[in-house]
Amino acid sequence: MPPEAVLTGDHFINGDEASAEGAIAAGCRFFAGYPITPATEVAERMAQRLPAVSGIYIQMEDEIASMAAVLGAAWGGAKAMTSTSGPGFSLMMENIGLGIITETPCVIVNIQRGGPSTGLPTLCGQGDMMQARWGSHGHYEIIAISPSSPQEMFDFTIRAFNLAESFRIPVLVMADEVVGHTVERVTIPPAKEIKVINRIKPTGPPETYLPYKTDRSLIPVLPDAGDGYRIHVTGLTHDERGYPMTDAENQEKMVTRLIQKIQKNRDQIIDYETQFLDGAKIVLVTYGSSVRPTLRAMRSLRADGVKVGLLKLNTVWPFAEDLIRKLARKVDAFVVPEVNFGQIALEVERCSGGQALTSSIPHAGGGIHKPEQIVKGVEKILRGRERKRKRR
Amino acid sequence: MTEKEDLLRHPKDDLLREDRIPHIWCAGCGIGSAFSACITALQKAGTEYDRFSIVSGIGCSGRVAGYLKIDSFHTTHGRAIPFATGLKLAKPELNVFVFSGEGDLFAIGGNHFIHAARRNVDLTVICVNNMNYGMTGGQVSANTPIGAKTTTTPYGNPEIPLNLPSLAAACGAVYVARWLSLDVRRLTQSIQEALMKPGFSFVEVIGPCPVAFGRRNRLGTPLEMIKLYNENSVIKNNVHPDETIIEEGKKMVLGKFVDIQRPTLLEMLPKMSDAGGTVWPDKGIVTESRDG
Repeated sequence: MPPEAVLTGDHFINGDEASAEGAIAAGCRFFAGYPITPATEVAERMAQRLPAVSGIYIQMEDEIASMAAVLGAAWGGAKAMTSTSGPGFSLMMENIGLGIITETPCVIVNIQRGGPSTGLPTLCGQGDMMQARWGSHGHYEIIAISPSSPQEMFDFTIRAFNLAESFRIPVLVMADEVVGHTVERVTIPPAKEIKVINRIKPTGPPETYLPYKTDRSLIPVLPDAGDGYRIHVTGLTHDERGYPMTDAENQEKMVTRLIQKIQKNRDQIIDYETQFLDGAKIVLVTYGSSVRPTLRAMRSLRADGVKVGLLKLNTVWPFAEDLIRKLARKVDAFVVPEVNFGQIALEVERCSGGQALTSSIPHAGGGIHKPEQIVKGVEKILRGRERKRKRR
Repeated sequence: MTEKEDLLRHPKDDLLREDRIPHIWCAGCGIGSAFSACITALQKAGTEYDRFSIVSGIGCSGRVAGYLKIDSFHTTHGRAIPFATGLKLAKPELNVFVFSGEGDLFAIGGNHFIHAARRNVDLTVICVNNMNYGMTGGQVSANTPIGAKTTTTPYGNPEIPLNLPSLAAACGAVYVARWLSLDVRRLTQSIQEALMKPGFSFVEVIGPCPVAFGRRNRLGTPLEMIKLYNENSVIKNNVHPDETIIEEGKKMVLGKFVDIQRPTLLEMLPKMSDAGGTVWPDKGIVTESRDG
């Protein structure tokens, strides 16, 4: 394999490998992980590729250690990443929280499989979407993005690093087994066409520097270890100096800022794509491996004259709340096919505030929806509307 | 600063976050002496302070990172070693050391210790063993002696404690020493040697916890407690680490037990790249020499 960081050209690779290539193209030079199906190919690709670009690959003793090592490497100045699946994602949760409170940029790729527990190691699931949102203890904001194809595994992993570096936060790439194991063409553009963002570092004198004092962006400007600022970084509630201050007043100040730095900038973070929303009465809300069967179902329904549109969530967290709220005033129903029993559907229902119906099309995992299941789900809603009209 | 002010400064002030004093440690606690020895070792090391980074876990000893005026990381419970591993590998020019307690490093974090020593990551681990979980009020730890009373062993501890120097040596640590917090000079010397030694170094500091541990086992005042530890210990440099087990009726063995050379993980990595995957099993790479 060539030693260049950006392997410009067309490749026939799977989503896991595309994610690894995206990471390296974004400047990732540290990977710590632990083998787990169906995410292992991310680690294997990194193990093969990182030495050639002067990066470090290390297989840790477990996922707890992997996440800790990623945080340590990030403070050593590296763009750092790990990849895992359900069981490992559960183990990473505490240190993801450490990454949030210490404002450590890093990327976690979760190739979701069926759960709970060991569940379906080799088969698809999307049951970790709410864990991505709330899995670590305490109240916080997180960024999670959801690729739906190998090409998006490449593109979105680059975006994950850019978001992590911009907002100083762990960013979750919530893929799944189908997206991770699909092999198809992935086009890697020339390096100069890839937008790469690097964290901003302090330049002022260390004597007057306050690590967690922020300007209106609410994002702190932090040095790496060894830059001469002699900072203290702690998982305890801290003040602008970074010193532990465990009282209600400092807690409110710190937690509010951690939440606001994401909420305030959500327009920059939230990314989505739409199809046929103009005049649509029913909106299919979809992400990850559910996107393709949903697209197919939409085309089939539209061929039958049903006014159905599509909303593809590229960013899942923070949630596209404003958009759903706006759409709820115009449409009759949201239909949410996902490989769980309705996690994102709950969010859609909450944001629609009773103004439009929300219908979940569940799947327990082990595969993805057949387009017909989604078509049937939409038809059920149409029949329900018909009955309602007749009763009137 | 005036000359008078300069004279009034404590010689360790340049490495103390003075604005964080008073510290949380109880009177008579062994952590203070270990912390002080650590500062002296850093001052004597002759390396720029900005090149040092300290990583701690959670607990009384885990608070050391917050008082030391260098780049300092106070991480999650048990995870200081893997955090330090990432930091060291990402920025090899840093001298990274871990300072934490025995509950943090060997109970919840035991697996990480084993593997960092095995990999020979160039880290120094300083462990204050106070034989219980002090911060949470004195519960049994992996190093509480058999029969000792703690809040969670009210009838006495039925479990055999870990022998830390033996574990460290078995896992491949290149430097292993154990001292009492009373042995400030020897301890300082050991920490300094460990900090300068390439590879995974381990220094155990046995320190009294008079408030949480001593009180429940009727070990007397802090002074009486450290006297007891001192009278019941003996220095035996270079003995086999297996002979350092702390047992009833035997003196605690102190000293430097291991000081060997072994290529570090960062020294091994480029050899793998150059070897092109053909080394194992024929062209054996020398990984250990007892000559020190």
